[in-house]
Amino acid sequence: MANARGELPTWVDIGLIPLLNLFIALLVAGLVVLIIGENPLEAMWIMLKGAVGSIKGWGYVLYYATNFIFTGLAVSVAFHAGLFNIGGEGQAYFAGLGAAIVGLSLEFLPWPIVIPLAILASILFGAFWAWIPGYLQAKRGSHIVITTIMFNFIGASLMVYLINNWFRPVGKMAVESREITGAYILSFREIGLQFFGVRLPSTPLNLTVFLAVIAVVFVWYLLWRTKLGYEIRAVGANPEAAIYAGIKPDRIIIIAMAISGGLAGLMAVNEVLGVQHRLLLEFAGGAGFVGIAVALMGRSHPVGIVFAAMLFGLLYQGGAELSFAKPLISRDMIVVIQGLVILFMGALEYAFRPTLAAIFANVED
Amino acid sequence: MALSLSWERAEPKFTMTPAIELIGIDKRFGAVHANKDVSMTIAQGSIHGIIGENGAGKSTLMSILFGFYAADKGEIKVKGQPAKIKSSFDAINLGIGMVHQHFMLVDPFTVLENVVLGAEGGRLIGPALAKARAELTRLARDYELDVDPDAIVGELPVGLQQRVEILKALFKGAETLILDEPTGVLTPDEADHLFRILGQLRDQGKTVILITHKLREIMAITDHVSVMRRGELVATKQTSQTSVEELAELMVGRRVLLRVEKGKAKPGAVVLEVKNLTWRDSKGTARVDNVSFTVRAGEIVGIAGVSGNGQSELLELISGISKPTSGQIIFEGKDIGILGDPRHVRQEGLAHVPEDRQHRGLISSFDASESGILGWHYDESLGHGFRLDREAVVNRCQSEMREFDVRPGDPLLKSAKFSGGNQQKIILARELKRNPDLLIVGQPTRGVDIGAIEFIHKRLIELRDQGKAVLLVSVELDEIRSLSDRILVMFAGRIMGERDASSDEREIGLLMAGVSKDAA
Ligand SMILES: Nc1ncnc2c1ncn2[C@@H]1O[C@H](COP(=O)(O)OP(=O)(O)OP(=O)(O)O)[C@@H](O)[C@H]1O
Ligand SMILES: [Mg+2]
Repeated sequence: MANARGELPTWVDIGLIPLLNLFIALLVAGLVVLIIGENPLEAMWIMLKGAVGSIKGWGYVLYYATNFIFTGLAVSVAFHAGLFNIGGEGQAYFAGLGAAIVGLSLEFLPWPIVIPLAILASILFGAFWAWIPGYLQAKRGSHIVITTIMFNFIGASLMVYLINNWFRPVGKMAVESREITGAYILSFREIGLQFFGVRLPSTPLNLTVFLAVIAVVFVWYLLWRTKLGYEIRAVGANPEAAIYAGIKPDRIIIIAMAISGGLAGLMAVNEVLGVQHRLLLEFAGGAGFVGIAVALMGRSHPVGIVFAAMLFGLLYQGGAELSFAKPLISRDMIVVIQGLVILFMGALEYAFRPTLAAIFANVED
Repeated sequence: MALSLSWERAEPKFTMTPAIELIGIDKRFGAVHANKDVSMTIAQGSIHGIIGENGAGKSTLMSILFGFYAADKGEIKVKGQPAKIKSSFDAINLGIGMVHQHFMLVDPFTVLENVVLGAEGGRLIGPALAKARAELTRLARDYELDVDPDAIVGELPVGLQQRVEILKALFKGAETLILDEPTGVLTPDEADHLFRILGQLRDQGKTVILITHKLREIMAITDHVSVMRRGELVATKQTSQTSVEELAELMVGRRVLLRVEKGKAKPGAVVLEVKNLTWRDSKGTARVDNVSFTVRAGEIVGIAGVSGNGQSELLELISGISKPTSGQIIFEGKDIGILGDPRHVRQEGLAHVPEDRQHRGLISSFDASESGILGWHYDESLGHGFRLDREAVVNRCQSEMREFDVRPGDPLLKSAKFSGGNQQKIILARELKRNPDLLIVGQPTRGVDIGAIEFIHKRLIELRDQGKAVLLVSVELDEIRSLSDRILVMFAGRIMGERDASSDEREIGLLMAGVSKDAA
């Protein structure tokens, strides 16, 4: 039933609207494909098959989704506190430093000690990189959007310097650290081989995907089942009322940013410890920014974020396959398609709402 | 403060076709049946009052007329013609204007820009503005609606903002004007002025629909009055042929105590002592100026005053929201002023019902159960340590809703979806049930129906009789006079004097206006 004008049944709000937006995004993308002289339906089929038509495809989709879940959750926690954290990219990148320091320097220790320590270090480094903008916002009023963007740049430059001067082994040409030879996080391929004797296709998917599941549950629990989460949401929804309630918005802003950064930092676990086994340049690869779209699309709810992250994982993997199969459709085209999805699902999220609301109001009459 | 009804009352000239006819309007929100087969006829050129308890469906009915909600069933006729009103745009085109309970103005815009908004007519704003300026001058002359067209709306007092809302509607050609609880936020003087304006509108042949909880206002300016109860229209009366008592009974369905019954106070030890309290705003103006008073256990101390004379700031200081510039707030022997921490102040045994329930008292996007723990959410009974036990939160809300008769009694409904009076009950329940030693309460019955007012007043007196201290701030002098054991009058940040409850209303009125023999 339609309530107020502009108010829609829940299933329309969280089900139909995202699907409709996705459909239109694909339609426009299809048009672009048509213009460059390819068959859009065929392109779509290649993408879909490449992503979910094989175990290998699924492996990649889930691997991408793991990253997007971390960065999407990061954006959403800050968002619930009324903050727009654009700095997930920089926070994830900087967190790689923590993962690499522990991974490389504690190689002599057994994995049950090193891995948790490395995860912790990633969280702390990511949290630290978000804590500074949070602190500046709370105490000095510097706008979080500006500072987090700046910290993306600062982080990027700092990491180039550090990797080049501290981590790069003497004589190595590539700007990256040496390989972590001690403990790292096992990939599904290795697990299949070692424990089950099955030969899985080689994909970057590793056990970190379970960490993402834990993070999803953690964020849900934090926001809706703890006093801190209550305070975070109160500050985000109505700072005046929060002050009345004895909540200190400054404190909450700093804490929420630190948690947000910590979540983004977990992405480094996936990349540095799970996939690359070394620290290398630009390993975050834009996942921090995709996180913004994922959080928007997932309505800042952990469950929504899982779905949105999967969708973007699909687009990434399917897109890679597509550019491989159709040389006319370059990697850049894929970025355009992803951009369209972001545009329609995020920025134009509410574009079709009034129309739908009118339709539903009419159905009621 | 009594309304001074100084304008001449022209004999209403009702023409034959009614301005508005609502026929069999029906509306449900899920389980809530907000309007049940409501039919109402509004005569052209009249002021038509609508009264009813909180949640009776008054705002819903008017929102349907204004195109905000679609009725499930029913028909609307405007000037005898069947009308399909699908949006407020349609309503405006049919000559219907609405002034909402919460204003819909763009704060950083000027009055002129706000008035033109939505009626720009063309791409260029210049001509529209010039035309609007001329029109505004005419309206201001005809209806005593003076506002500076170039003032920034956000900087105007609420009374003037409301005038801008009225101007906006008239500018768009409103023949029928709906006002939803327009006086809730006004000072008595501003309310007087508003009624003069409404009287003039009527005399010029416009139709006014007025929703209010104040029966006195109904008696003073309406021609007809419709009473709603639980979604149904129970009666429409000619105002001259009814009485406050009859209306009250129709509204609530039983006899209502319009006077507060209370015994003599038995004041005990001093609970709150405010000493030379001063608070300066960022511009250095003393908004609370060297204020000293005490509140004892077992008494209600009322602070009277026209709004904006430092009462709000005083409440914020005592509740710890802001810190005093100088002076002390001693609560049960401890100086809580220096803490400036609402949470700590609560733990000491103070509860606070804030003046502004929309912006302070609850969080509209939270469900009722979450709003029902605001400020007390850290309590161990709601979950140990860091945990927040959802079940405990919902259960607490459920039982408080039952005890305070909140409708609908659904803890999972969003706070914003409760009617004003029910929101207030949620807040009161939250604060009263914590068994505070001192309750400070601002405007406890703003926008609340008479049945609920009776209930709230009873609870406040009960609290007093349990030996608790109550500090009451209200702009309703009647409320202050009937509840308080002692009355302090504030003007321009100072306490102008202290009176007891039996003292002359005029004398208190003079103190409120800053005229005093005994001011320091
Ligand atoms: N959007 C909505 N969704 C669900 N229920 C609603 C909504 N709007 C109103 N209601 C419910 O409908 C009923 C009528 O509400 P309405 O606001 O019309 O009351 P009212 O008579 O204006 O009360 P008040 O005097 O307190 O303003 C209430 O029970 C209210 O909770
Ligand atoms: Mg209402």
